[in-house]
Amino acid sequence: MRNRSLAIPYVVWMAVFVIAPLLLIVVYAFTAKDGGVTLSNFSNMGQYFPAFRHSFVLAVTATVICILIGYPLAYFLSKEGVLVRKVAMMLIMLPMWMNFLLRTYAWMSLLDDNGLINQFLSGIGFFRLINTLFGTDLTCFHMINTQGAIVLGMVYNFLPFMIMPIFSVIDKIDPKVIEAAQDLGANSAMVFRKVIFPLSLPGVLSGVTMVFIPSVSTFALSRLLGGGKTLLLGDLIEMQFLGNAYNPHLGSAIALVMMVIVLVCMAVMNRFGEGEEGVAVL
Amino acid sequence: MSKELIRLSDCVMRFDEDVILDHINLYINDKEFLTLLGPSGCGKTTMLRIIGGFQKPTSGDVFFDGARINDVPPHKRKVNTVFQKYALFTHMNIFENVAFGLRIAKTPEDELRRRVEEALTLVNLAGYGKRSVNSLSGGQQQRVAIARAIVNRPQVLLLDEPLGALDLKLRKDMQIELKRIQQQVGITFIYVTHDQEEALTMSDTIVVMNQGKIQQIGTPEDIYNEPKNAFVADFIGESNIIDGVMHEDYVVGMYGRRFQCLDKGFAPGEPVDVVIRPEDIDIVPEAQGQLTGTVTEVTFKGVHYDTIVDFRGFKWLIQTTDYSEVGSRIGVKIDPDGFHIMKKSPYSGMFGDYSSYSAEYDELNEGPDEGEDEDAE
Repeated sequence: MRNRSLAIPYVVWMAVFVIAPLLLIVVYAFTAKDGGVTLSNFSNMGQYFPAFRHSFVLAVTATVICILIGYPLAYFLSKEGVLVRKVAMMLIMLPMWMNFLLRTYAWMSLLDDNGLINQFLSGIGFFRLINTLFGTDLTCFHMINTQGAIVLGMVYNFLPFMIMPIFSVIDKIDPKVIEAAQDLGANSAMVFRKVIFPLSLPGVLSGVTMVFIPSVSTFALSRLLGGGKTLLLGDLIEMQFLGNAYNPHLGSAIALVMMVIVLVCMAVMNRFGEGEEGVAVL
Repeated sequence: MSKELIRLSDCVMRFDEDVILDHINLYINDKEFLTLLGPSGCGKTTMLRIIGGFQKPTSGDVFFDGARINDVPPHKRKVNTVFQKYALFTHMNIFENVAFGLRIAKTPEDELRRRVEEALTLVNLAGYGKRSVNSLSGGQQQRVAIARAIVNRPQVLLLDEPLGALDLKLRKDMQIELKRIQQQVGITFIYVTHDQEEALTMSDTIVVMNQGKIQQIGTPEDIYNEPKNAFVADFIGESNIIDGVMHEDYVVGMYGRRFQCLDKGFAPGEPVDVVIRPEDIDIVPEAQGQLTGTVTEVTFKGVHYDTIVDFRGFKWLIQTTDYSEVGSRIGVKIDPDGFHIMKKSPYSGMFGDYSSYSAEYDELNEGPDEGEDEDAE
């Protein structure tokens, strides 16, 4: 208790940089340009429904793909020796040390119609082969400026956040528990289904949180990889603060609505995670 | 009385250069309570894991009911294990934990319910099925682990220091309970422990191990009364082990004197180890003693005093209800059946001197050390 004073800097930090901005957003969201209290920022929310839908669909897609790639990777990694783990962890983390925009630009030059991938494919005569086989008229794969490219960008950027928590949870599972399951008659598949997977769900949950939230609020990605064709929430909000449509009140309102939706999603998921009876039935 | 169920035949276990098990030969009878007893790293846990199927011996064979089972994986063996730290499934409630094996065996729901309830009743946890694992105490968790293993009606139950994490009082209760459960279900228990008292209390047969070798196999009475070498004598209970010479049958010499004893069959003049249990020694006035010495230390232990007596530089432990002053000269009297004569062994001279008495006792009173046999795995 006597060390309580040590917490003061952190409390101040939280108050100034977390609580205050949040309050500001709430205040902005409920006021009009002239300063009067209003709900008009919310009443027009319906027109932005497509942006909400796109953002959530793309973020969910990216999260699911991250689970599909990240879980097996984390699982098999946890069975490897120390050296393999260290190297693999290093490789997983390495891209994160590079600037986010730089990585995304790199993908742009890879995915472009005249980008490295297409150049490589035409260089080895892949398109010619396809064209002669199927009588098509293909000169390149159109990858950039699609929703797929946006999802790819999300997966690429946020995958480590899925792998890490799953890996650390699986790694901490007591080997004796697995032996106990084998001892009680479970073969490898059953051990995984009835013991390892349920015990690793908390890791999956935090992975989902850490991938889904940045994905749903991402901007830049849709402009750089999606060609700005798909308006996402992040871009919409950014426009209200920096773009021509300057309207921080509306921007705050959208941000607030998004936050509430995300919070509800997370609450539901955590509920699901706690309902161990439900998990046991899996 | 009963038939042989498990046989380890010339089992060797080696990790790199370390020999964990050194040519072990052992058979285990059906329905017996057998304890593997020994200090940390003696190979007892490794032996249990070989029987459970979690490890394969480097060489040698394991037989179960006459069939070689070296290559049978754990989930196909008719053996269940109770693990040291319970290893319960924390994501399931008590009922599902116990039902785990039955669900895998696709037992019909009504039979499954009945058997789980039976198993929980057997370990005095009837009605606990809906509770979560984390809401139980250590002792209760251990009972769940036992129920979870026993519900599958294995032919053999392996117990790896199952009481190690419990406190003393609970441990004593559970010892009696385990014995009751074993008699009630009538299956073979193979029990691993480093606690000699636990072994003496519960076992039909004790296998004393050290450094990967079996030192002695016998009933608790045999092991205690007729230890084969200085290691066993020291490890099981307290022992004064003194250099002696067997003059002839029934006569042993030590400290230059002759004593009546009940042992025979040694060569005349053969050097031997003489074991005298601390409780078999009577303290008498100096003049009446067969030997005389000086009291150097007295500790009150509740039931008796631990009295350390110096006999010409060799310190004995005597457990007696009579109090003696530190520094006083006393005599001791030992009845012929108080002597136990052992042939010399590589362990001779390593144990049985109480010069470093307090240190040794403290060590024995320490709780089970956490890293038990970890090095062996």
